[in-house]
Amino acid sequence: MKLLETINPSFLAVLSGTLFLLLSATIIVTLLSRLRPARDFEELNKRVKTWWVIALLFLGALIPGLGVTLAFFAFLSFLALKEYFSLIPTRRADRRVLFYAYLAIPIQYAWVYVDWYGMFAIFIPVYMFLFLPLKMAMIGETEGFLQAVGTVYWGLMTTVYSLSHLGALLLLPHRGGSVWRSETTGGVSLVLYVVLLTQLNDVMQYIWGKSLGKAKVVPSVSPGKTWAGLIGGASTTVLLSVALAPYLTPLSLPQSVFAGAVIGLGGFCGDITVSAIKRDLHQKDSGTMLPGHGGILDRVDSLTYTAPLFFHLVRYLSF
Amino acid sequence: MEALCRFLFFFGLVKSLTLVVLGLNVRRQHLLPQAGPAILVANHNSHLDTVVLLSLFPYRLAMKVRPVAAADYFFKNRYLAWFVVNVLRIIPVDRRLRTGAAEMSRGVSAALRAGDIVLVFPEGTRGEPESLSQFRSGISHIAMSNPGAPVIPVFVHGAGKALPRGEAMLVPFFCDVFVGEPLFWCGDKTQFMAALQSRFEALAVEGDFARWK
Repeated sequence: MKLLETINPSFLAVLSGTLFLLLSATIIVTLLSRLRPARDFEELNKRVKTWWVIALLFLGALIPGLGVTLAFFAFLSFLALKEYFSLIPTRRADRRVLFYAYLAIPIQYAWVYVDWYGMFAIFIPVYMFLFLPLKMAMIGETEGFLQAVGTVYWGLMTTVYSLSHLGALLLLPHRGGSVWRSETTGGVSLVLYVVLLTQLNDVMQYIWGKSLGKAKVVPSVSPGKTWAGLIGGASTTVLLSVALAPYLTPLSLPQSVFAGAVIGLGGFCGDITVSAIKRDLHQKDSGTMLPGHGGILDRVDSLTYTAPLFFHLVRYLSF
Repeated sequence: MEALCRFLFFFGLVKSLTLVVLGLNVRRQHLLPQAGPAILVANHNSHLDTVVLLSLFPYRLAMKVRPVAAADYFFKNRYLAWFVVNVLRIIPVDRRLRTGAAEMSRGVSAALRAGDIVLVFPEGTRGEPESLSQFRSGISHIAMSNPGAPVIPVFVHGAGKALPRGEAMLVPFFCDVFVGEPLFWCGDKTQFMAALQSRFEALAVEGDFARWK
C-alpha cells in the first residue's frame, strides 16, 4: 500500500480507468464470440489483445522517468519512420540521406532531454529541411530528385517532428502532473491526456461511424469515414476531455472544450492523411507489426496531428 | 568457445538486428522445417539474407542451419574465415575450382545425413540488389543426391535495400520473408529447375513492393 500512496492519484485513476476499459473490451469480445459463434470475431479479438500490449507498454514507459519515456517515444518514431521508408518508393542513391533522416531521431529527442525548446522547435523544420536536399544534391542523382526530397522530408516531419511533441509535453511545468506525488511538477499527465483522448477518439469515431450515418466525408480517401462518425466521435471526445481536464491539465472549462474539439478533429485529419498515402501506394495497412490494427503508422497517424496541435494549444494557453 | 560465440552471435546480432533494426514481415512461417534434414533455398541480395533467415528459427534449430557459402570470398581474410567456419558453420564452395561443386555436394550430403538444415543461395552471388537472377544448376545436384530432404523456397525482400552489395552502411528497412510450399526431387533436372524457378517467381510477385532503384 506504501507504493500506491506515493503515486499521484490522478495517474492512478487513469491507470485503473484504462485497465477497466481494456478488461471490459476483452469481456465483451469473449461474450460476443460465445453468443454468436457463427460470426468471426478473430480480427476484433486480435485488435483488443494488441490494445493490451500497446497500453501496458505505453503506461509502463511513463513510470521510470524522462529518459526512458523519451527513449520510448524515439523508438516509436523510429518504427514509424522505418515503416514509412519501407512503404514509399525510394532511390538507391539516397541511402545516405535516409541514414541522416534516421539520425535526426536521437538528436531531436536529445533537445527535449536537455530542455532546449528553441532548438527542438527548429531543428527539423530549419536545419534538416535545409540539409537533406543539399546532401541529395551533393550525391548528384537528379532523376526523381524533387519527389525524393519531398517524400523523405514529409516522413521526417510526420513521424519524428510531430510525434516528438509528445516528449516536449513532458517538460511543461504542470503542477501535479507527474507520476509521483513527491514531484510537484511535470507534464506526464498532459501526455496521458492527449494520447488517451486521441486513441479513444479513434475508437469512438469508428463505433459512431459503424452505428449510424451514411454520408461520407471523403469517400475517395476513406470510405469508412462518415459525417455521423466524425461528429459523434468528436463530441464524445469533447465530453471526455472536459471530464478529464481538471485532473490532468491546467485547462479551464471553455479551454478544455476547445482542446477536446482540436483533438477530435485533429485525430480525424491525421487518420485521413495517412489513409491518402496508403491509397496512393495501393496498400491497405502501413505494416503488420500490430495484429488487428495494421502497422505502427496506422496506430499513430492521428497522434501526428493531435500531438503538435495540443502541445501548442496548452503551451499558449497555460504556460 | 565456439558455442559461446554462436550463442552471442544468435542473440546479440541475429535476433536484435532483425527484431529491432530491421523488422520482419513473415508469411507462412509454419512451412519452415521443424527439424532437419531440409534444404532451404533463398534468393540472395545481401549479407543480411543469412541473418534474416537464421532469425526465423528457434535457437536450437538455428544452430543446425549450415549456409553454403563461397570459399573464394569468405576465406580471403583470416578472421572472417574463422568466423564463417566456427560460428556460421558454412559449407564452403570454391567457385573458381572445377572440383568446387563436387566437394560442396559431398559437404552438403554429409550435413543432411547429420540432420542439419542446409541453406543454399542458387543465384550463386548477391548480384544486383532486389532483382532475381537465373538459378545455377548446383541446387538440382544437391536435391538429386538427397531425394528425401524437402526443398523449401524462401523469398526475401528488403535486405538488399538495407545492405546492398558494395555498401558498408546499414540503412534500416522492413524485410519481407515469403515461405513457399516444399518441393521434392522429381527425377528430372530441367523439370526440377523450372519448378523451383517458377515457385520463386510466384513468391516474388506476391508482395506489392515499393519502387527502389
